[in-house]
Amino acid sequence: MTTLTASSARNAKPINFVLRLALGLAVLALAVAPMWAGRAELRLMMEVLSYLALAQMWNLLAGYSGLISVGQQAYVGLGGYLFFALAMFAGVPVLAALPLAAVVTALIALPSGWVAFRLQGAYFAIGTWVIAEVFRLTAAQVGALGGGSGISLPVALAQSIAESRDGRETVMYYLAFVIGIASVAMVWGLLRSKWGLALTAIRDSEPAAEAVGVATRRVKFLIYIVTAMFTGLTGAFIFLQKLRITPDAAFSVNDWTAFVIFIVVIGGLGTIEGPIVGVIVFFALREIAADWGTWYLIMMGAIAIAVMLVDKRGIWGALRTRYGLSILPVGFVLDITPPARKD
Amino acid sequence: MVWVNAIVQGMLLGGLYALFAAGLSLMFGVMRFVNLAHGDFIVTAAYLMLALVGMLNVHWAFAILLVPAVLGAAGYFNQRILLNRVLGGDLLPPVLVTFGLSIIIQNALLEVFSADSQRLNAGWLDTASFQLGGGIAIGALPLMMFLAAVAVIGGLQFIFYKTALGRMLRATSDDPAMVPLMGGNNGHVFAIATLLASVVVGIAGIFLAVKTNFDPAAGPARLLFAFEAVIIGGLGSLWGTLIGGVILGVAQTLGAQIDAGYQILAGHLVFLAILVARPRGLLPKM
Repeated sequence: MTTLTASSARNAKPINFVLRLALGLAVLALAVAPMWAGRAELRLMMEVLSYLALAQMWNLLAGYSGLISVGQQAYVGLGGYLFFALAMFAGVPVLAALPLAAVVTALIALPSGWVAFRLQGAYFAIGTWVIAEVFRLTAAQVGALGGGSGISLPVALAQSIAESRDGRETVMYYLAFVIGIASVAMVWGLLRSKWGLALTAIRDSEPAAEAVGVATRRVKFLIYIVTAMFTGLTGAFIFLQKLRITPDAAFSVNDWTAFVIFIVVIGGLGTIEGPIVGVIVFFALREIAADWGTWYLIMMGAIAIAVMLVDKRGIWGALRTRYGLSILPVGFVLDITPPARKD
Repeated sequence: MVWVNAIVQGMLLGGLYALFAAGLSLMFGVMRFVNLAHGDFIVTAAYLMLALVGMLNVHWAFAILLVPAVLGAAGYFNQRILLNRVLGGDLLPPVLVTFGLSIIIQNALLEVFSADSQRLNAGWLDTASFQLGGGIAIGALPLMMFLAAVAVIGGLQFIFYKTALGRMLRATSDDPAMVPLMGGNNGHVFAIATLLASVVVGIAGIFLAVKTNFDPAAGPARLLFAFEAVIIGGLGSLWGTLIGGVILGVAQTLGAQIDAGYQILAGHLVFLAILVARPRGLLPKM
C-alpha cells in the first residue's frame, strides 16, 4: 500500500524517542549550565552555540536553497562592526544594539545579495567571497573604527550589561544559548511551514520545483537575507564576547566560513540534525588536535574531501537513511511498505 | 603624466592577471568546473620555482621548463584520481573538494616554507627597463609578463580551434554525454584540459615568484583576481579574459595612485560595477 503520511512510521521508532529524549535533556542541561559549569566550560559552550547558529544558517543556504556561499564572513564581520558602531557612536544600549545590528546587516545584504545573485553556481560562491573582501577592505579604511588595526569596546559599555563579572558571564551565556537554540528552532519552524515545502522541493530538484510553481529565485533571495540577518546577529554577539574587533578577525574566511562548512558537511548537509552532530565532532576534534597547528587544519581539509568521496550525505545523513532516524521531523515520507499480515 | 603611467603599468600588470585567469577560464570552458584552489596552485608553482632556483641552485632555463611540466603532470593526475570523481550533476562536491584542497595546500606550504613573505631575486631583470619619454618607463619584466600572457592565450586559442585535441575539447564542452559514444574518453579529455590549465598555472607561478612578494596565504587573493578577470571578460572567451585582466590591472593601479590602501578595493569595485552593468561580461561567448 502506498500512502503519504506525516513521517509517523519513522517517528514511532523507539530509537527516535531515545534520541529526542537525549536532545531534550541536553537542552535542559544547557539551560541551567551556569549552575553546574565553570567559567572555562561556559566560554567553550558559548563558542559551540555560536558555531551551531552559523552552521544552521550555512546549512539553510547551501543544504536547502542550493546557494553555496564562501562569503558568509561578510555578515559575521558586518554584524560585529555594526554592533560596535551602534553601541559606541550611536549610544544604543548594548542589548538593543545586538538585534539592531542584525537588522541593519539584513538591509545591507539586500543590495549585496542582489549583486551576488547575478552569478550562478560556483561563480556565486566566489562572488560572495569578493563581496566579503570588499567589506573587509572598506572596514580597514574607516578611521573611526580603528582602520586596519581595529578597535576595542570601552570597559564602561561592557560593564553596562551587568555589575559583577559573574553576572556578565551569565548574561553572555544566555545570549549565546538563545542564539544557538533559536537558530535550530527557526530553521525547524521554517521547514515545517509552506516555505519549508518550497525549500525542500528546491533542495531535491530545482527545475522540478520551478515546474510545480515554486518561485525559486524569490524563495532563495529571501533565505539569503534571513541567513544574513541571523549570521549578523551571531557576529555581533561573537565580537561582544571578544570585546575587540579587527578587519582580519571579523572577515576571516577560515574562522567564519571554512570551519562552518566543515561542520555542516561532516555532520550532514540538508538536515537540521547534521549541523548539531557536526558542531559536536568539530569541537571534539579541536579539543584533541588543536595543538597540532597546521596539521590539524590539513586534517580537516582531508576529512572534508573524504566525506565528499565516501558518502557526501555526512554522518547524520548516512545514519538517518540507514536506521530511519529522525529527531526533529520536518517532512512527509512516502510509505510503500505493505501492511503487516495478521498471521 | 602619473595617471598615464599608472594606466600603462596597470595594463602590464593585467598581463599577469590574465595568466592567473587563463587556466580558470579553460577549465570552466571544458568542464563547467571552478577550482577554488586555483590561486593556491599558482602560489605552489611560485614556491616550486623559488625552491629550485633560490634554494637548490637549479639553472633558470631548466627551472622555467620544469615548473610548468611538474604542474601539468600534477594537474593531470589530480583530475584523473580526485576531481573526476566529483564532477557532474551536483554542484557542491567539486566546490567543497577544491576548497578542502585549498586549505590543505596553504597549510602544507606554511609547514614547509614558514609564513615569511618570499620573493625570487631575478638579478638584472628586476631593474631593467625601457624609457618611453615623458617620465614613463616600461619594466622589462612586466613587459615579458604581458607578452607571455598574449602568447599563452594565443597558444590556447590555436590549440582550441586549429588542432584535433582542440576539437575533442570543444566537443566535450558542447556535449559531454555524446563524446563517449563517439569513442572519446571524458575522464581523459578532462584531465588533458586540467593539464593545459596547470601548465599555464606553472607559467603564472614563475612570474608571481619574481614579480611580487608572496606567502602561503597568498592563494585566495590570486583566485579572486583570476575570477574577476574571467567574469569581466565574459565566460568562455580567452581573449576576453586578457581584456578582463587588463581592466582589473588598470583599475588597481589607478586606485593605488589615489591611495595605496585603495589598490585591491578599486579592482573589486570595478569588477562589481561591471557585473551589475554587464552580467555576462564584455565579450560573452555563452
